[in-house]
Order: sequence, then C-alpha cells, then structure tokens
Amino acid sequence: MPRIGSPADLEKFRKDLLSKREPDKPCITLCSGSACHATGSRKVAARIEEEINKQGLQDKVDIRKTGCHGFCERGPIIVIHPEKIAYFQIAPEDVPEIVSETIVQKKVIERLLYTDPDTNKKIIHESDIPFYKHQERLVFGFNGSIDPKSIDDYLAIGGYSALAKALSGMSPEQVLEEVKKSNLRGRGGGGFPAGRKWEGSRDAPDEIKYVIVNADEGDPGAYMDRSLLEGNPHSILEGLTIGAYAIGSHEGYIYVRQEYPLAVENIILAIKMAEEYGFLGKNILGSGFDFTVKVHRGAGAFVCGESTALMTALEGRVGEPRPKYIRSNIKGLWGRPSVLNNVETWANVPLIVNRGADWFTQYGTEGSKGTKIFSLVGKITNTGLVEVPMGMSLKDIIYKIGGGIPGGKRFKAVQTGGPSGGCIPDELLDLEVGFDELTKAGSMMGSGGMIVMDEDTCMVDVARYFIDFLTDESCGKCVPCREGLGQMLTILTNITAGKGKEGDIELLEELAEVAKEASLCALGTSAPNPFLSTVRYFRQEYEAHIREKKCPALSCKELISYYIDPNKCQACMICKRKCPVDAVDGAKKTIHLIEQEKCTKCGTCFEVCPSKFGAVKKISGEPVPSPIPEEERIITRKSKAK
Amino acid sequence: MKARESAANARIKRIGTADMDNDRVDRIIEKHRGEASSLIQVLLEIQSENHWLPKKALERVSDKLQVPLTRIQHIATFYKAFSLVPKGRHEIHLCMGTACHVRGATRILDTVQDLTGIKPGETDLDLKFSLETVNCLGCCALGPVMEIDGKTHGKMAPGETADVLKDYE
Repeated sequence: MPRIGSPADLEKFRKDLLSKREPDKPCITLCSGSACHATGSRKVAARIEEEINKQGLQDKVDIRKTGCHGFCERGPIIVIHPEKIAYFQIAPEDVPEIVSETIVQKKVIERLLYTDPDTNKKIIHESDIPFYKHQERLVFGFNGSIDPKSIDDYLAIGGYSALAKALSGMSPEQVLEEVKKSNLRGRGGGGFPAGRKWEGSRDAPDEIKYVIVNADEGDPGAYMDRSLLEGNPHSILEGLTIGAYAIGSHEGYIYVRQEYPLAVENIILAIKMAEEYGFLGKNILGSGFDFTVKVHRGAGAFVCGESTALMTALEGRVGEPRPKYIRSNIKGLWGRPSVLNNVETWANVPLIVNRGADWFTQYGTEGSKGTKIFSLVGKITNTGLVEVPMGMSLKDIIYKIGGGIPGGKRFKAVQTGGPSGGCIPDELLDLEVGFDELTKAGSMMGSGGMIVMDEDTCMVDVARYFIDFLTDESCGKCVPCREGLGQMLTILTNITAGKGKEGDIELLEELAEVAKEASLCALGTSAPNPFLSTVRYFRQEYEAHIREKKCPALSCKELISYYIDPNKCQACMICKRKCPVDAVDGAKKTIHLIEQEKCTKCGTCFEVCPSKFGAVKKISGEPVPSPIPEEERIITRKSKAK
Repeated sequence: MKARESAANARIKRIGTADMDNDRVDRIIEKHRGEASSLIQVLLEIQSENHWLPKKALERVSDKLQVPLTRIQHIATFYKAFSLVPKGRHEIHLCMGTACHVRGATRILDTVQDLTGIKPGETDLDLKFSLETVNCLGCCALGPVMEIDGKTHGKMAPGETADVLKDYE
C-alpha cells in the first residue's frame, strides 16, 4: 500500500484514484448498517452478487455495501447509481428483476419505489422523499455513498483533506481558533463548547495529553454514533487526529461498546488502513506530527458514558465517576490532560477545518450552531436517523420528516435527551431544537434520542421506566442516586400498580430535589428529569392513577381490564384461538367473554379482534360489566336465504 | 449448598464448559502484552470465547497481570458483559430500550418469562436458554425486538414470540 508522505502526494493519489473510477458505471449501493442487517440486507447482498455473476455482469457493475442511510423504517435500502434510483424494503426475491430491469435495461421498477403517503406519487430519488428532503445531512450524508471498509472510498469524497490542510497550512493555535469560532458544542449530551475544552488541555502544563472518542452510546433509542462509526469511521479518525494536533496530543483512544460488534470491526479496520496510508503513526503527511489510536471495548455500563467514569474504565478499573473539582481536560486519563468528545462532535471537526467556521455557523441558532443527528423512534411513521440544522422546530421534525403518528393516533409527547431527558408535550411542539431551548423546556439535547409517544403511552409508566433504567445503571457510589432513585422507583411502581396514595407526588418531588442537588455526577443530578418533566406537563395523569385508580392511556396492566362487548362480538373465535392462557370462553355462534380471573392482560385479544367488529375493549377505572345471561349469548343469524 | 454445587457441576459436565485451560487464558493475556490496564479487554475476550468467566481463569488472570482477585471480581460484577455462571445454549437478548418499551416490550418479556420459566439474568436448568434484557439494540424501526444468538427478530407480539421460541432446541 502507498504511504502518503505529503499533502501534495495525497492530492495526486486522490486524482489518480478518481481518474480510475468511471462515474457512469452502474453501481448498486446497499445499506449494510446494523438495522438493515436485522431486516435481512445480508441475504439481499448475497443474492445481488449471485445474480450479477449469473448474468455475467461482474465487470460491468460495482457493488458497494455502505453504512446506514438513516431511513431504517424502509430497510433494506438499495440505491442504483449513476441514476440514483432508490428502492426500499428489498427482499432477495426482488433482486433478479432489479438486475435485469434496472441495471441492464435502465428501467425503473415502480413497485419498489417510495410512495408519498400524501400524494400517492412514486418517488425515484432519495433526495425528493420528504424524509430526506427536509434534512441537512452534513455529517451523515456520506454514509450512504461510501463503503466504510474502503479508505479509498473516503479519499474519493475528499477524505483527509482537512487533516492535510490543518497539518500543512495551519498552526495548532489556528485550528483551535477555528473550532472555537465555530462554537461547536459537545454532541454527546453536555453541550460544552469543544473549543474551550480543547484550549484548557492545550494550556495545561503536562507534556503528555490524550484525546478520546466517547462511543459508549448508552441512551436507549439512540444509535447515531453507532451508525457513524459503522458507516464513516474515517471521518471520526480524521477529526480526532486534527484535535490531537490542535492540543498537542500524540495518543488517542476510542471507547466503544462491545455491544456494537460491527462498529468495533469497522473502526479497527479504519485505524489499520489509516496507519498503512500514513494518516496515523509517525510523521503524518510529512508534518513531523506523530499520533496513534487505540480501541478500547466497553464492557457494558451506562455510567461509563460519563467522562470521568469512562476514563477510569479506560485505565482498566471499575467505571465510577469522580468529583470534578479539577476538570478532566486538565487532569483526566492517568492524571493527564484529556479531551473527551462524542463521536458526532469529532465527525464535525473535519468539516469545520475544511470549510471554515463562518460556513459552519450559518447553520443553527444563536447558541447552538451546525446540525444535529437525532434518532427519531417510537410511535412515528418514519423511524430513522435524521440530521437537521439546529433550530428546526420539533413539529417539523416529527411531521415533515417523521411523517407523523401512525395508525391515526393522537400525538402525546416527545421524549428527548435519553433517560435523563424529559418529555415535551403537544403545546410546546413549536419549540426549536437547540441545547438551551430544550433545557428550558425541562428536557435536554442529550445525545439526540427523540422518542415519540402517542395517546396509548402512559406518562407515569414512562417516568417509571426511566427511573427503573437509571436505578439499575446507578453505579452506587453516592447515596442520593443509589437510595433516592430506588425509593422513587418503589413509589412510581406503586402508582402504576394502583397502589398510589395521596402525598406520593409531593414525596417524589422531594426525593427528586435531593438527587438533583446532592449527586456526584450527571447521571444522578439529571436522573429525576423524567419524573419532573412528566409531572410538570401531565400531572393529571398521576392524579388519575392515584385517586381514581385509572390509567387514562389504558396502558398500566394492573389498572386495566379487557372486556368483550356482547353487542359487537360476532363469535368469530379468533380471540379464543389466539388467547395464550385460554381465558376466552365461547364457541361458534356463542358470544365470547373473558374470564377475568384467568386473563393475564397480554392484550392479544384486543389486537386480533377484526377492526370491523372492534368488540374487545380496554377499560380502566371502572368495573368490568357483568356477563350477560347464558341464553342471550347465542347468536341467531338472520337467514341468508332471503 | 453442597447439593447445589454438585448439580451445577453436573450441568457443566453435560455441556462441557467447565474451565478454560491456562494456555488459552495465557494466549489472550499475551495478546494484550500483559499490560495491567488491559484487564477489561482480557476479561472481555475470555467471556466471548468461553461465554462465562470460570473462577480458575480469573485466578490465572490475577496471577499473570498481578492484579488482586478482589479487583477482578469487582470488575466482573460491575460490567454487564460478564457472567460468573455458565450460560445456556441460546442467549435471548430482549430489547427494553425506550422505543421498544413504548411499543410494548414489557408484554414480550412477560411472554418469554412465562414460556421459559426464567427471569432476566437467569439460565434454565437444562441450560437451554439464558435471558437478558438489554437497553437498545439500535433496531428501533423493528421494535419490539428480540435477539436470539445474534439473530434479530423484529416487530414481536406475544403470539409470535411463542412461535419463535419453539424453533430452538
């Protein structure tokens, strides 16, 4: 492999590379991110290769397995270049047709295209689909066009040019100045200005300094860091190397969860390739700057996403946070100045260096610049990863990009910021997303999870769920978090089980206050947020649970009952057959009823009852109507021979 | 106590995951060049090769890396990836992430518990299934998600869960 010795060599290499590529040669790109793997993209990939060989097209078509395209709801996704025809939800059976029709005959297969749900029109290009049209994919955009296992693909889109620019044309101070000017804030949760963090480390007297990538993405429902690591690992390495140059560090670490096997594999391969090409190692691009990177696999502890805990874990110990009287950018890993930034933050750095802070700051709001990747999940039509400029309203994200709530249900709340974030109700949907704006509404940016909830979601249960998660993940070092959360969980569980009593809400508020004031790390101080934000906007739901023993969302198992409306039941036997515990009594032409003492409230009958009958009902806060007399249960159908 | 231990040993014998021999442990340690700071990486590799951490292997690690056994125990019980008991033939990972939760993951968990008779963190007596809950598999579009031996089963409902589990021997 060529070791590239200077910025001029790099440009020459890039030119050669591009001249060898034929822009008009057909290329099938297939999403091979983890989410698409789960929907069967591996099988599709195998079938494509098989079919291309079968039709003797090996030399005429390129196949590229790319990272995540973001539109996970419609995976597996295929895009055919150069026409950029996008096909969704591809099954292996579709492949022969795609090859013979679209590749060979250049014909578009209508049925595999995306259909706009509003206009019913078929859309050929990804960029015209509403889900993509309203996004600004600066960081995430290349995921769909490069093979993460190929450094040449990254170079072909201009990769490592920012590193060359920084090392050859800018002093470390200038790089630092540019990042400071861009007002890039930490994408992992805290939102601390990256430039100021770097400056602190740069100015620290210690000779040895470290730079670290935080890829311990632990927030449930957020997977943008994984998708970046899987889909475009070199952009993170490039950003990290530039950061190391700016602060004068020669050693970097990537802390990545071992639950992300593909991300670990791709980043390790990327490091190896970058070393071979000379973008890592000694005398990078002839500048005299040395830098090496190591990967550390995290063994699974949510608290390790916290900066000081992560560094302790890197040292090979139990990942517990420590007090931050001295910040870790002054005294961090092994007591040395250490800059820790999130995956997405590092991936922004090459863009800022290449295009300048002025370009970067044109996106976003006063306090939050650039774009942010959100994972839009939950009760939403278009589940996936979306990158939008800061300042876009929640409403636009949920409705314009996300396509609204499926099944004609009503929107209830959107939860942002992971377990320590909060729920934002309907009336605040015009809120613009940004670090300060979300905090003001009682939630936070966090790492960018955005979980949409509809009318069927119980907000007390959501609070209980998050407190349960945090109780489990609390490292146990300090009392307010370890004991306080445990108490909160007991009370919340009681409320959802119909055992709540007057005064519970006030007691919860008191416990929340203490945890907020007296915990050591951000996990503890922000842990009460899910409770505080739900009680702030949905207090009436708490009160209904406690006073009326009623779950307004009809979700809390202990507070609901299933009941078959005798006027609607057509005795079709479907629910009787599907009931896993045999709790439905009935026969053909005999109206069914649920034996309440047998029922485990799994909800299967409710789901399988044909919607044209709609006979199974959920009720809460009222007694189950007593069964109708046996003789009335017989259905005598009107004679068909009329 | 004794009875329980011998029952456990009998189970171990049956599936043959007793101990790792020292050579295998040494090889893993050697790979990380014996640095004390790589303790977690060494344990992770033993875990992934052997599916659990036998006490003998931990003692060997302690010996070789010059780290007290108590610290190794502390780490092995702190991080979720480690198990100090043998695991079943099939590992069920049930996603309890937020997106799966609002789409009804609790109902899937109830069903799996009913069918297998084990709770999260447990392994059944036949060493057939081990059940763990996890906090996001990153396939939120498919929620609720259940992963068995690395294979993802998406959009689960209680009825389908039973169908999926039936296929495992």
